[in-house]
Amino acid sequence: MTGPLTAPAAADGALLRVEGLVKHYGGARHGFATPPAIQAVGGVDFTLKAGETLGLVGESGCGKSTTGRCIIGLERPTAGRVVFDGQDVATASPRQLKAIRRDMQYVFQDPYSSLNPLMTVFSTLAEPLYLSGMRRNDIRDRVAELMRLVGLAPEHGNRFPHEFSGGQRQRIGIARALALNPKLLILDEPVSALDVSIQAQVINLLEDLQDQFGLAYLFIAHDLSVISHICDRVAVMYLGRIVEVGTREEIFERALHPYTQALLSAVPIDDPDLRGKTQRIVLSGDLPSPARPPSGCRFHTRCWKAQANCKQTPPTLARMHSQSQLVACHYPEERPLVATIQA
Amino acid sequence: MAPHRGAPLLSVEGLVTEFRSADGIVHAVDEVSYQLWPGETLAVVGESGSGKSVTAMSILGLIPQPPGRIAAGRVLFEGRDLLTLSRREMRAVRGKSIAMIFQDPMTSLNPVLTVGFQIAEAMLAHGGVGRREAHERAIALLQTTGVPNASERYHQFPHQYSGGMRQRALIAMAIANRPRLVIADEPTTALDVTIQAQVFEALKLAQAETEAAMILITHDLGLVAELADRVVVMYGGRVVETADVRTLFHAPRHPYTVGLLKSLPRIHGRAGRLTPIPGAPPSLIRLPSGCAFHPRCFQSQGREPCRMTRPGLREIEVQHNSACHFAEELAVSNREGAPA
Repeated sequence: MTGPLTAPAAADGALLRVEGLVKHYGGARHGFATPPAIQAVGGVDFTLKAGETLGLVGESGCGKSTTGRCIIGLERPTAGRVVFDGQDVATASPRQLKAIRRDMQYVFQDPYSSLNPLMTVFSTLAEPLYLSGMRRNDIRDRVAELMRLVGLAPEHGNRFPHEFSGGQRQRIGIARALALNPKLLILDEPVSALDVSIQAQVINLLEDLQDQFGLAYLFIAHDLSVISHICDRVAVMYLGRIVEVGTREEIFERALHPYTQALLSAVPIDDPDLRGKTQRIVLSGDLPSPARPPSGCRFHTRCWKAQANCKQTPPTLARMHSQSQLVACHYPEERPLVATIQA
Repeated sequence: MAPHRGAPLLSVEGLVTEFRSADGIVHAVDEVSYQLWPGETLAVVGESGSGKSVTAMSILGLIPQPPGRIAAGRVLFEGRDLLTLSRREMRAVRGKSIAMIFQDPMTSLNPVLTVGFQIAEAMLAHGGVGRREAHERAIALLQTTGVPNASERYHQFPHQYSGGMRQRALIAMAIANRPRLVIADEPTTALDVTIQAQVFEALKLAQAETEAAMILITHDLGLVAELADRVVVMYGGRVVETADVRTLFHAPRHPYTVGLLKSLPRIHGRAGRLTPIPGAPPSLIRLPSGCAFHPRCFQSQGREPCRMTRPGLREIEVQHNSACHFAEELAVSNREGAPA
C-alpha cells in the first residue's frame, strides 16, 4: 500500500475533510481577569480517503487528540469545518448526524477506563446494536461474530472487563467500535498502554480488519515506530498546527521540516551497531505554552534554522517536490537521514 | 566493552522477593542473579510484571515489608551483603554510593522545597561538604545536566520546572555524591521524544563525569541499544538471558528475547507484518510449570522438558547465558528483522 498521490485540494473522493479546525479552551472572563485561551488546535487541515490510514503524530499537548475529539464530536470546534462523507457535521440534520455517528467510531487509549466495569462484554457489544434497532436473535449472532473477529472467544461474553488482560480489553474496545460497520475509526493511542509483545498483536489485528472491511483509520500516536509501521500517510503536529504532511516514505525518509527531522532523530535506534554513528538533533528548551504560542512560526523558539521572518510570518502548509508532501516552513530542506552511516 | 576484570561491583545472588496478596503469594522476583562491574552500564529489560523494578527495589532495601518479603538471596555490593545491613547502615549507602533515578520526577521531588536545596541537602546529609560548597556544587551539577540558568533555577520549586528539567534535576541529585552505582528506573518513559533525547544526553554526561556504573531498567529496546554494555532480560520474575548488547540484538539465544525483538515495529523500512508473541504475560501468582515462557514459545512446541523442568541460566557461549532447554537450536537464524 502506498499513499495516494492525489492532492488534498482535489479531495472530492475524500471520506473525511478537516478544514481550518480551531479549538480553544477557556479565555472567558473570570471576574476582572481574562486568562488567555489555551489554543489546543490552531487551524488544522487534512483529508482522509476511504480505506486509508493517516497518522497524526506529535508530542503531548500538540493537539492531536483534541483534533480527533473535535472530528467525532466529543468537543465542539471553536472554528473550522469537519466534512464527513460529503456532509458537514456542523450543519447535518439529526437523522444525518445519526448516520455519521454510526460510520465514524472512536477507540480510546486506555482500555481500563473506556469500558464500563459493570457491563459484561456481551452487553457492551450488544448496546450499540440494540440502539440501532437490531433484533434480539441477530444481536446474539452479531456479538459472537464481533468477538471472533477481534480474536476473543464468544463464550467469554458473560465476563466483565476486569477479567481480561490489557490487550484483550483493547480488543473489546475495537469490537465495540466495529459493531455498526463503520467507515472510519479514530484510534487514539490504541497500543501505547500495552506491553511490547501485546502491541504487535493489536497492530496486526488492526491491519487485518482494515484489509477485510476497507476501513479508514485516523491513527493518533506519539510512537513514531508504530506510526511508521501502520500508516500510509503521516501528519506531524506541533503546538496545535500541522507542520508537515506526506506519505510514510516522504515523512520518514525525506522529511523537510526541522521539527519532523528533530523528532525522527530523537528516537533511539534499536541497533547497537549504529551507536554513535547517527546524528541526533537535540532540541533546546521545552514546548512553549499553548496559551501563549510563539508568534510567526510556532517552532521558531526551538528551531536552529530560524531567521528574522520566522518570528513574524507564520508559514503556510505548502506543496513541495511531490504532489503529496506539504510543509509549513520558510526554509525547508532535506537533511541526511538518521540512519545514514559512514562506516 | 571492557573485559570483566577483578571483582564485580554488585552481585545479586539467588534473590527471591515475594508479596503477599489476597489471591496468594506473588513471586515477583524468583531466584534472580546478575553481576555488574565498575563503570559498566547494565540494562535490565522486561515487560510489566517481569520483576525488573522489584529487583532494583530489593537491592536498595525499598521493599515495603509486609506485604513484601525478601525470602532468599544475597546482594553483594563492594563485598558487603546489603540485605544484612541495618536500616541506618543502609541509609548511609543509599544516596551516597548507590543513587536512584525514578520514572516520575514529580513524585520524587519534594514540592515545598526548592530544587537547589534538595540537591544540596543530598550532599549535606552524607557529610563532607559545607553549605557554601554544596550550594556551588548543586549549581554546577544543574549546569552539567543541562538545566538552563542554573543559578536562578536553583531557587525555584519543582512545579516551576518542566518534566524534562525535573528529570535532569534528579540526575543532578543522583550524581551529587559521586555514587559508584546509579540505578535508573525507566528514566525517560514519562517524557516526550524530543525531551527524552535531552535527558538521555544528560544521563550520558553524568555517567561520564562520575564514572559510575549504571543499572538501566527499561522496556525500551532502543534505549538499551544506545546506552547499555550488557543486558539482562527478565520474564515472569526470572532472568532468561544475559549477554553483551551486540550479541543480544544480533544473536539472542532465548525464544522470549527473539520474540521481543521480532515484535518491534521498526521506524525505517516497513517489515511487512509484525510477528507478535502469542498469548499474554503470565500471572506471577500461578506461573506456568517448568519454563514460565513455554505456553507462548515457538521453540518449545509443547516439548516435555519445557513443561516439566525449570531451566536454569547456563552459559551458552562466553559471557552469554540463556535459561532455555533448547538454546542451542536458536543459532544464527534469528538475525532477520534487525535494521539494515
